[in-house]
Formats: sequence, C-alpha cells, structure tokens
Amino acid sequence: MTESTNHPATLKPGAKGMVEDWSSDQRVFKNVSWGKSMMWIFLLSDIFVFAVFLLGYMVARISATEPWPDASEVFALTAFGVHVPLLLIAIMTFVLITSSATMALAVKYAYERNRRMTVIMLLATVVLGASFLGMQVFEWFKLIEDGVRPWGNPWGAPQFGAAFFLITGFHGTHVTIGVIMLIVLTVKVYRGSLEREEGGFLTGRKGRYEMVEIGGLYWHFVDLVWVFIFAFFYLW
Amino acid sequence: MATKHEGHHQSLKVYFWVWLWLFILSACSYFVDISDLPDMVKWVCITIFMLLKAGLIMAIFMHMQLERWSMNLVVLAPPIVLMVALAIFALEANYTLSSRLQFFAN
Repeated sequence: MTESTNHPATLKPGAKGMVEDWSSDQRVFKNVSWGKSMMWIFLLSDIFVFAVFLLGYMVARISATEPWPDASEVFALTAFGVHVPLLLIAIMTFVLITSSATMALAVKYAYERNRRMTVIMLLATVVLGASFLGMQVFEWFKLIEDGVRPWGNPWGAPQFGAAFFLITGFHGTHVTIGVIMLIVLTVKVYRGSLEREEGGFLTGRKGRYEMVEIGGLYWHFVDLVWVFIFAFFYLW
Repeated sequence: MATKHEGHHQSLKVYFWVWLWLFILSACSYFVDISDLPDMVKWVCITIFMLLKAGLIMAIFMHMQLERWSMNLVVLAPPIVLMVALAIFALEANYTLSSRLQFFAN
C-alpha cells in the first residue's frame, strides 16, 4: 500500500468507501487532517457530557412527586405591557442560530481566501455570541431574584433549580470559551497569520485556514446543544 | 451542489436557506408550545422540529454531507447507545416515582 490509496481520485464515496476506509490497513480518516478529526472526537465526548446532564434532568423530572415548574411561565417576560411566555429564550435562540449562520459564512470566505469578509463574519459571530451570554446572565439574575436556588424554588419540584443552573451554566461556559476562541481566531485572520503560516504563541503550530473551519465546528456544536436544551428544558 | 474537492464549497444561497429554515422551525416549535394542542401532540412536534434543526446544522453548517462516511459514522454511531440509556433511565425513573407515591405520599 502506498500513498496513492489516500489520493482523493481513488477514494470511493458512500457506504462502499466507508468499508474500504476502515479495512485499508491504514489510517481510517482519509483526507481529514488530524486537527479536524480530533475536534470531531472531542465533540463526540462533549455530546456524551451534555446527554448525561439531560438524562439526569429527565430522571429527576419523571421521578419528582411535586409538580415540575412550568417553563413557559417561569421564563415569561412583560414587554411593553404585554405578557409574553419565553420571550428572552426565543430571542436567545434566534441570536445563536444567526451566529451559527455567520460562522458558516466565515468558514466559506476563509476557504475563498477572502480575508476581509472572514474577519467581518467572525466579528459578527463574536458580537452575537457575547450578546447571547449577556442575555443568559440577565436570565440567571432574574431567576435568582425570583428565589430559584439549586435546592429549591417557589413553584414546585426543587430539582428544577439544580437542573437549570447545571445545564445552562455548562452550556454558557461552552459559549464563553467559544467567544474567546473566536476572538483569537479573528485577530489571527485580521493580521494575516494564517496566510503567512505563522506559528501560534501557545503551540507554535503553523497557521492554516482550516483553523477557521475547526473553530467553526466547535461553535456550531454549541448551537446544536442549544437546540436540544431549548426543546427539552424550555419547551417540554 | 456539493463537489468533492478539498476545501469545502457550498453556495451562499444554501447557507441563507438553512438559516431561514432554522428560524422557521424554531418559531414553529415556540408557537406549538404556547398553543392549546394536547400535550402528546406538542411533544411529538417539538421533538420532530428539534431533530430537523439538529440535522440541518450537522449536515450543512458542520459540512457532514461533504465528509466521508467513515468520519460521520464515528460521530453518529456512538450516540445510539444514549437511546438505550434513555430507555433504561426512563423505566427506572417511573419505578422510582411509583415507589415514592406508594410509600412517601402525604
């Protein structure tokens, strides 16, 4: 076996290609850099972390004898004299979806070597991500003010607070790390470090435009997790 | 639409459509939630919308439709065991609830 089996032209697509990849007696992930495959494997581990949190929440909710607080009412806000259920959560969802779209565009422009548009799209993603965080901080403040604690709340099952703070807190931490990562990435793209393949200050690895895509995978994952939290925690 | 060259290419239009659909699906699940439909119908709708959104994000935004199957398999196959865990935990939690109601109900 030589390098030729890794050449894109000789790789078969679909299920047949999958069998050949796994039985090739070589590395399985053809055409995928180790950076990207490691990011996917990290995301897989993160899927399990969030899944276990959501499963724990499910067990607590099913087995609680007291009624579970109604999320629509707990997270309702009054805007301009109108009582709107889940208003802030709906806005947060919209903001995060839009940030995911701008991130996808940043990846697209990065591959087209369009530095200016990549920076603009990355900056938009940073601003949207940071505003999501701001709204989440507001939400936490409001709930703590209403008397929600990890061990109790005024409306029903005490496990509600524990599940809320753990799940949204862990997601918020992911968003925070993502925003920091995106700021670093924006600076790198802006000053042309990726184009000139300059080494990073931390690991010294050469800059490549693929970094934008790998960073994007993480950011989309944060959005992906929110899709499930939104459905299971806020809507169910 | 998708070419298999190195470095992924999808047209600008695709991203806008996906963004629009994610927005529509989120809005739909929100309005289903505040509607007066029976709970079971609500949950089925919300779950379907959730899975559609997750699929769109993974396939288009995360470029899974352009990756080789061997890469996708690594990410998509292991979560199947989570469905098993879900079933076991749901059974266990229902049992806990019934015991609590039987022995500790006021």
